[in-house]
Amino acid sequence: MTNTTIIPAAERKLKNRIGVGTTIRNTCTLAYRALLKMSKNPEIFVDFVVLPVMFTLLFTFLFGGAISGNIPNYLPIVIPGVLLMSSFTNCTTAGTKLREDVDKGTTSRFKSMPIARIAPLAGSLIADLVRYIMGGTTVFVTGYILGYRPEAGISAVIFSILFMMLVAWCLSWVFAFISMCTKTISTASAIGVVVMFPLVFLSNAFVPAETMPSWLQFFVLHINPLSRVVIAVRQLLTYGTIGADFWFALFCTLAILVVFIPLTLNAYNRKA
Amino acid sequence: MMKNNAILAVEAHGLVKTFGDNRAVDGVSMSIPTGSICAVLGPNGAGKTTTINMLATLSKPDAGNVKIFGYDVVRETQIVRQLIGLTGQFASIDEDLTALENLMIFGRLYGYSRKDSKRKANELLEEFGLSDVGSRTLSKFSGGMRRRLDLAVSLISQPPLIFLDEPTTGLDPRTRTQMWQTIRNLVKGGSTVLLTTQYLDEADQLADNIVVIDKGRVVANDTPDGLKRSVGSSSLHLTVKDADNAANAAQIIERILDARVHLAEASELIAPIDNIDKLTDVLTTLKDAGIALSGVNILQPTLDEVFLALTGEGSKDKKEEKLK
Repeated sequence: MTNTTIIPAAERKLKNRIGVGTTIRNTCTLAYRALLKMSKNPEIFVDFVVLPVMFTLLFTFLFGGAISGNIPNYLPIVIPGVLLMSSFTNCTTAGTKLREDVDKGTTSRFKSMPIARIAPLAGSLIADLVRYIMGGTTVFVTGYILGYRPEAGISAVIFSILFMMLVAWCLSWVFAFISMCTKTISTASAIGVVVMFPLVFLSNAFVPAETMPSWLQFFVLHINPLSRVVIAVRQLLTYGTIGADFWFALFCTLAILVVFIPLTLNAYNRKA
Repeated sequence: MMKNNAILAVEAHGLVKTFGDNRAVDGVSMSIPTGSICAVLGPNGAGKTTTINMLATLSKPDAGNVKIFGYDVVRETQIVRQLIGLTGQFASIDEDLTALENLMIFGRLYGYSRKDSKRKANELLEEFGLSDVGSRTLSKFSGGMRRRLDLAVSLISQPPLIFLDEPTTGLDPRTRTQMWQTIRNLVKGGSTVLLTTQYLDEADQLADNIVVIDKGRVVANDTPDGLKRSVGSSSLHLTVKDADNAANAAQIIERILDARVHLAEASELIAPIDNIDKLTDVLTTLKDAGIALSGVNILQPTLDEVFLALTGEGSKDKKEEKLK
């Protein structure tokens, strides 16, 4: 072993604060780490490629005739719905990788290093953006193969994917928070499913609200915020315009982000 | 240089950490001079890891204070973090990544450029004898290789103070010796090392100073020799071939060693021995008396015996059982 001489503590240049530049650099490094890990575990692609394809086919052929008379008429309803579902499913599992780091001891090591506190958290969640984009793209490609041609064209499709990505990313902080508060990873995933199913299915994601009983209609259209997201995406894809629902959904998700960044960071630092 | 050596690497006073009703660490103080190895010795649950976590800025002490090279861990946390490297009990490296990727990511986090990270990573792989497996995924690594890589990660920023939490627990004897050599080399390079261990022989081999803790309190703080003196001598374990000779042999040993002999089993005799030279006398006298032996052993005091001597009670009840 070659002996490198250690620079004594007194001769080092030291700073007691982490600057914005370092924070961004740390976050990028840790996002890179998460992506690298993702690329070495191809089985996780099942989650965000196979599932969207499956759901698109399933819903289209199962409900298409019953709800819209025929399949082509149902596609503009179901595609934004499956887009929402796949993004939402992806974000409920956002905390699991972080939790693995905590349970293994990697987080303790990060905590003992001169890096920004938020970097491990933000890095992992930012790497998830790739999952939302891949999931969203898969949904639209499947839709295209089935004959879906959104009126507003390709730019609206791209904009929808990005919008849904932003919404899912903001919500992923909530699920990261939940995964830091539960005893085990599996409890956190179970909570994710319990939250996801009622919110996605008690919305207008797959069926128009008109035929529902009035009390349910009220919940679907006025209480469940995900309906607003679906309406906003449908409007985007059909008319190429941004309406009140878009701004409402955007405002809600950004508000969630602002509230949950400090909550999640705090829970994460306490857990490690 | 004089000035640097005068600064203590670690200076802790009255550290307390409670979890609910449990005072995991209850008034621990210690000081470690720059360039030395300090071993924190204690059984499972004594508060070793909790102490290290407070020293390494992972958790805030409920009371007391810590200075690392003169910087306060609570007020100057980020400075302290630039001066320490921590290798915890659980391998904190990524299974899915290769050894080189793991090291490079930590290099980047410490602020080195891509190129510098790669160079440092390769240097460390070489130093730790991992060059030929650098591009292999960690899931194919043995326990010892993981432990070495984990240590390599905490050395990437060349910190002057290194915390090692039970660095050899679970390693086979050969890997253990390698790890000891690595730790000695670190100190040669100018680092200060604080390690925790459950094994007295490890502390004895490596440390300049041993801090024994039990139930969150420091029960001894001494050099290895001083500690062993306070614990008592080594012990002679002698097995006679014919159990009928045991009483006879015991008399002879008691006479020569001037110490009480315990009968462990029907044919095994145990007696403290402070001067190894007397062993020759014991053996010749036994031979002259026609007592045949089937085994002779000199054993260093065990952690159990250290605890018995220091706290008046064994860390386990094995000791009592053995002597009755």
